[in-house]
Amino acid sequence: MLLSLEEATVRLGGRPVLDTVDLGVTEHEVVCVLGPSGSGKSTLLRSVAGLQPLSSGRVLLDGRDQAGVPAHRRGVGLMFQDHQLFPQRDVGGNVAFGLRMHGMPKGQREIQVRELLELVGLPGAARRAVAGLSGGEQQRVALARALAPRPRLLMLDEPLGQLDRSLRERLVVELRELFGRLGTTVLAVTHDQGEAFALADRVVVMRDGRIAQSGTPLEVWRRPADAFVARFLGFENVVPASVTGVAADTPWGKLPVPEGSPQGAGELLVRPAGVRLVGVGEGLACTVTARTFKGTHVALRLQPRGGGPHLEAACPLREAPETGAETGVEFDVAETVVLG
Amino acid sequence: MALPVAFFALFFAWPVAAITARGLKADGTWHLGRFAEVLGRSDIRHVLWFTTWQALASTALTLLIALPAAWVFARLEFPAKQVLRAVVTVPFVLPTVVVGTAFLALVGHGGLLDELWGVRLDTTVWAILLAHVFFNYAVVVRTVGGLWGQLDPRQEEAARMLGASPLRAWRQVTLPALAPAVAAAALMVFLFTFTSFGVVQILGGPTFSTLEVEIYRQTSEVFDLTTAAVLTLVQFAAVGAILAVHAWTVRRRETALRLVDASVTARRPRGAGQWALLGGVLATVALLLVLPLGVLVRRSLDAPGLGYYRALTDADGGTFLVAPLHAVWTSLEYAVAATGIALVVGALAAAALARRDAGRLMRGFDALLMLPLGVSAVTVGFGFLIALDEPPLDLRQSWFLVPLAQALVGAPFVVRTMLPVLRAVDTRLREAAAVLGASPWRVWREVDLPLVRRALLIAAGFAFAVSLGEFGATVFIARPDNPTLPVAVARLLSRPGELNYGQAMALSTILMVVCAAALLLLERLRTDRTGEF
Repeated sequence: MLLSLEEATVRLGGRPVLDTVDLGVTEHEVVCVLGPSGSGKSTLLRSVAGLQPLSSGRVLLDGRDQAGVPAHRRGVGLMFQDHQLFPQRDVGGNVAFGLRMHGMPKGQREIQVRELLELVGLPGAARRAVAGLSGGEQQRVALARALAPRPRLLMLDEPLGQLDRSLRERLVVELRELFGRLGTTVLAVTHDQGEAFALADRVVVMRDGRIAQSGTPLEVWRRPADAFVARFLGFENVVPASVTGVAADTPWGKLPVPEGSPQGAGELLVRPAGVRLVGVGEGLACTVTARTFKGTHVALRLQPRGGGPHLEAACPLREAPETGAETGVEFDVAETVVLG
Repeated sequence: MALPVAFFALFFAWPVAAITARGLKADGTWHLGRFAEVLGRSDIRHVLWFTTWQALASTALTLLIALPAAWVFARLEFPAKQVLRAVVTVPFVLPTVVVGTAFLALVGHGGLLDELWGVRLDTTVWAILLAHVFFNYAVVVRTVGGLWGQLDPRQEEAARMLGASPLRAWRQVTLPALAPAVAAAALMVFLFTFTSFGVVQILGGPTFSTLEVEIYRQTSEVFDLTTAAVLTLVQFAAVGAILAVHAWTVRRRETALRLVDASVTARRPRGAGQWALLGGVLATVALLLVLPLGVLVRRSLDAPGLGYYRALTDADGGTFLVAPLHAVWTSLEYAVAATGIALVVGALAAAALARRDAGRLMRGFDALLMLPLGVSAVTVGFGFLIALDEPPLDLRQSWFLVPLAQALVGAPFVVRTMLPVLRAVDTRLREAAAVLGASPWRVWREVDLPLVRRALLIAAGFAFAVSLGEFGATVFIARPDNPTLPVAVARLLSRPGELNYGQAMALSTILMVVCAAALLLLERLRTDRTGEF
């Protein structure tokens, strides 16, 4: 295990910001910590980096306790949320900073800087001033700077947070490919599940300083651990349910659930794809209250006429009813999950 | 942190304590009843009242006149700006005695205004107030203007886009960012005028007297050390109280500022208003700052064939053991040493104070650091002689005593100038350097130092200037065969005769030129370095 946290706890002003967190990252693994703002993600990174002392618990790197090891001796890299490039140095000076700190001779440094800038797609930018860089370029320079001293663990704090959407989507693919090629061990935090799923081998969802769920993107996507995780992943069709056998009592009526689902009172998730539109008079009677074009499909918001929470449905453009239309709804057992 | 604490304990707290003890302790017991005795006297109460209100009036007047200039120097680009910036700073480093004399020549009996219009101000408080503005103009222009030039104008633009009028945007965005600097400048001006010595002594005549003048009188004329000690403690307490209030207000307003390179924020004047303001500031500088200096220079040239200047190279004038001109080198040597000490001590203290996790103890130290500015220089100088003349620390024979005393006054300037900028540096920049492998010392060198280099140079200029012009303490401890420039000037002034007076004027002019040259060099250095940004 390259990095392990053992019951790591950070209290700020009496409140636990990080609450007995256990987490392990193995070599060459890319782990993404996902959570809303204030869930303790950044504090997690800062305590691994040595910028935030733990109130209790331990941080181990390569099995060695890091208590008392200052930030500059931990050999980990951290890319800050808003990059924090040194304003008084040019691009080359920023990238070379860590190399200088580790005593690399000048000639070697220059070769490395050139290679790194090529690696991040900014060849020949060494003499440029950082003030003149675009957001995407700054992000690349920050990445090159963090990679330069070859940290055993690279940490990214909201790496793509401030960039526009298309750039973000392109960079996330580039990052994924780059980390795969270099074999970098990465611990990233983000509040964007799309980013986390695209980047990570493993996703860790945090809530109020605790780990709510940990697993591969597919596992987390298919079986959210609880209603919080499900809602955070963007699923809105979560309702209380009472499960008996392969059926569940919900505010939407009796729904089929997969075999082997936990029995008794709990919560139930139906992914939007599992809400099928059928003719009026069949299934659950609903009114379409909103209709959002999403490019590949249309997201519908449905209000059951008999009351109960509204439903999210996804359907192809040409089958999508207009706002105000009446429709029937049936539920697909393959897209239904009993949580917890 | 240990070094600054030790420095101030040894060279400030101890001498002041020693001299206070001498005044209030007799036969091994303290006589605190003397407090009530001294403070009950109506003449002393009058001194206290005058000291306070003239300081308030001087501060208000200085802010009123100098704040527009701070803006002009920060935001407008005009020819000879650097020369003018140095010119503005020269008065601040002139010995108080010289300034008093220059103003006397301007507004006193037989002075320039008297000759032209029959106007005399030397019997009124206006002469004192104007001389105080003359002195402290630079404090406001440099402290406030220095930060103002680095404030990002886009912050104000953002407020404009949100619907604020220009005035409102300034009031809501720029003023709060500037407030700590304005408060710091106002505090300095208040302290200097509260403890004003040479100016008041010459222009105040028998009517007006400040605490510091009274302390000097009681120490060296009346030899009443008890009254002097009581007044020293009163001044100490007053200054301490002001500093405590100041530290509190500054802490409340402290925020991380967006700083940009000053050269990008200055623009050529646009519109009648800006031209008028620039004209007004230039006229003020000419009338208030250049004119008294001009009178000074003219007086030094009164003798035919630069006679006063040639007399300075003579060692057998009887006033000194060496030629008066020798004082120039002595002063420069002392000033370089004092600046070095002040920078090391001040920068270390500022770095320690700027840490976010600085505890209550540290913040208390912040205020304590300013005390040397407020405590009577006369007391410090006399205290040095009493406290540092016996083992284990016998420095009376050492030339190093003078730079030490001067650094004591210079170090608070360094701290004051650097602290706001250091605190405005984003902590995460330091953290970014730390995770890249920089030790705390390298973080300071690689991140803080480049960002505060400007402030550091300004601080160095201040410290250098202060030690060149320092008089109150130096007059007690400078060795007779090695006087500094201000001491030599005062000694010449105290002797009768046209030749001595003329030599004093000539020596003052040299001091002025030396200061101006040093400051110009500093301005030049600063521009070269800012090219890196």
